[in-house]
Amino acid sequence: MQILKLIAQRIALGILLLFAVSVLIFAGTEILPGDVAASILGQSATPQALENLRRELGLNEPAIVRYFTWLGGLLTGDLGTALSNRMDIATSIWPRLKNTLFLAFWAAVVSVPLALILGMLAVRYRNGWIDKTISGFALASTSLPEFFIGYVLIFFFAVKLNWFPSFSTVHEAMSFGDRMKAIALPATALTLVVLAHMMRMTRAAILNVMQSAYIETAELKGLSQFDIIRRHAFPNAIAPIVNVVMLNLAFLVVGVVVIEVIFVYPGMGQYLVDHVTKRDVPVVQAVGLIFAAVYITLNMIADIAAIVSNPRLRHPR
Amino acid sequence: MSSELDFLSRHVAMGRLSRRDFLGRAAALGVSATVANSLLANAVRAQGPQKGGDLRMGLTGGESTNSLDPAKWLTQVPQNFGSTWGELLVLQSPEDGSPQPVLAESWEASDDAKEWRFKIRKGVTFHNGKELTPEDVAQTIRRHSDEKTESAALGVLRGLGDIAVDGDNVVFKLEHGNADLPLLLTDYHLVIQPNGGYDKPDEGIGTGPYKVEVNEPGVRHVSTKYDGYWRDDVGHVASVEVIVMNDATARMAALQSGQVHIINRVEPRTVALLSRAPGVHIESTPSKGHYVFIMHCNTAPFDNHDLRMALKLAIDREQMVNQILMGHATIGNDFPINESYALFPTDIEQRVYDPEKAKFHYQKSGHSGPILLRTSDVAFPGAVDAAQLFQQQAAKAGIELQVQREPGDGYWTEVWNKQPFSASYWGGRPTQDSMYSTAYISGADWNDTRFFDEGFDKIILEARAELDQKRRAELYREAALKVRDDGGLILPMFNDFIDARREEVQGWVRDPNHETSNLRAATRVWLQQG
Repeated sequence: MQILKLIAQRIALGILLLFAVSVLIFAGTEILPGDVAASILGQSATPQALENLRRELGLNEPAIVRYFTWLGGLLTGDLGTALSNRMDIATSIWPRLKNTLFLAFWAAVVSVPLALILGMLAVRYRNGWIDKTISGFALASTSLPEFFIGYVLIFFFAVKLNWFPSFSTVHEAMSFGDRMKAIALPATALTLVVLAHMMRMTRAAILNVMQSAYIETAELKGLSQFDIIRRHAFPNAIAPIVNVVMLNLAFLVVGVVVIEVIFVYPGMGQYLVDHVTKRDVPVVQAVGLIFAAVYITLNMIADIAAIVSNPRLRHPR
Repeated sequence: MSSELDFLSRHVAMGRLSRRDFLGRAAALGVSATVANSLLANAVRAQGPQKGGDLRMGLTGGESTNSLDPAKWLTQVPQNFGSTWGELLVLQSPEDGSPQPVLAESWEASDDAKEWRFKIRKGVTFHNGKELTPEDVAQTIRRHSDEKTESAALGVLRGLGDIAVDGDNVVFKLEHGNADLPLLLTDYHLVIQPNGGYDKPDEGIGTGPYKVEVNEPGVRHVSTKYDGYWRDDVGHVASVEVIVMNDATARMAALQSGQVHIINRVEPRTVALLSRAPGVHIESTPSKGHYVFIMHCNTAPFDNHDLRMALKLAIDREQMVNQILMGHATIGNDFPINESYALFPTDIEQRVYDPEKAKFHYQKSGHSGPILLRTSDVAFPGAVDAAQLFQQQAAKAGIELQVQREPGDGYWTEVWNKQPFSASYWGGRPTQDSMYSTAYISGADWNDTRFFDEGFDKIILEARAELDQKRRAELYREAALKVRDDGGLILPMFNDFIDARREEVQGWVRDPNHETSNLRAATRVWLQQG
């Protein structure tokens, strides 16, 4: 029962946080300078056309009224209508969100196990050349800016070798195989970006545990080095690792704007950028909130995993 | 030997022999690749357009906020895609800028250029099967010229007056005579829609060679050949896919790897690199668009004629063209018209960089202290570098420019047309009249140089209604001189449109009116197979 209560607390806290974020997002977009109508029509807008559009968009209502209308709609699943193209936001976001999650999912499927295994290998051969090679490679790939990694991948694997397409435009009519081929390069780039953080954390957390007395016991029992790491050290190091993994998963969803732009991938990041430049406030708010929800949810999962995996947190005194 | 080559090249042109095989056999016959290639090009030209194939374009200028409503088009992706499914009444000739019939078969004007009759083509159908009527045309123009419209074409069409249908004709009764009306109707927004698009402005039904198949704003657009299309000299490929690629490097990579056939907006500093890539051809076309520094003629210190003249003389236009646009531009002469316009005055002396004369005018103006020039990345490509270059050039004349870099966000609302001295750009307009009336007459919507000159206004008004071309040319020469010598415009260069295509894309038409062959590359080119 204790544990259920703890989890319920976490979830309630998450929801509260989400509300706070919604207020922040709304206030933030209110403060932004510039005028929606002017941004939509651009440099060649006539004052007449501007005035007509402004009136039609109802930009003259007070902010507080607009916040509660917005929040009400949100709770009933209605994200509103985009100012710039009058399209329903929920229906236009959904395919974008699916694409982002698709890319994030495959990047995670590759990068998380890879990071954990590499981390464990690095511990097994700590301070040897394998450890140094793994760490060096991972740190180098993280240190390089993601657009650089992206361009290097495009240059070699798309332009020179022609193995993969250089851009990742995906659409409904594509087969699963084509889709995978299209996202191969961006997924690789993302993997390289997030790998090191998770790998280094795995290594550090396990090394920390390796000092414990029970590891020595396991060694004395005659277990192989890798079995000790896998069966005894890793489960006890899981809490910090899960935290870092979740942080990186969140990055895969909310931090991929640059990768999406380079690879021309129709995900949430590009969608957000398009609408920010058009001052399309309802869309910016909706996307901001979705990103916040993803972030909070993943962190919540990390917290809960940490609680479940750690008896000391499970039974607090 | 040559008869065999001729025979072979005809085979290639007809698609029975691959290009590579041809070059191989030519080499076997002892012919150099250059000669073989030119033989091939001749054969291809003689063969005429090939039909079929799926054309893919990777273009910048697309957002998820784009709409199929022509009134809302501002950027390249909807503009280019729009020209595949929609058509205009009139199109501007790529050669001499004259109006060419499209959906309007012919037209005539009354002597005072106040009443215009456009005969609408018969036997043209919309993609929904409905036949095009003069009423559709009238409604379209009404929708775009209505004072309540959001259409960006309103500025061009203002004062259009009464629009009526008379049999096969649409009749315009203008408030003031306008000899350029056919050219004004070449505005890319004025796509003729069923009932003028009043019912469903964004349904994407037009009379163009292709019909809309996929519309995913900000991602891609696809259109396929419309079987009932009325002419066969355009619309050669079977389908057109426009893929949104806002990242310049992504566009270049996609073209190099052969995944798209055409890209737009190659950056001037990477042109040389891209042109070395195999299978790629750069299309650099002189345009009417220009990059400018604008001074407000009514704001101190720019209200002083000598100071304006000093600044105009203190800029080295040639160096600007070579260092900012790597030669992909033509030199400007401080008035917004170049030889791409009909009735361009060719005999106006080119203003050159003259630090000594600039110094003379600067001292005569009595001004001292730094002059603030605002610039931004969004003002035009290379605008920040250009401002700094201008600073160095002006320093040689003893003029101190202080360059202030402004954020791109909000530049068009907070800086341009508000601050007295800033960098900016202008796209071309169909006619001299529309360029001058948009930005240089006293009552212009965007008089961004604050140029108020009654004499100038009168010239423009007179030229507008003048049907005698010789007299008109004289008037436009006078107008150009006034802007050049009295105005607040510093115009160092007319930028080229720099597009690029794969070599198998044939039939590219160089067109100074808009980029990507006046936004019509997709309907003009064909794909050479083999």
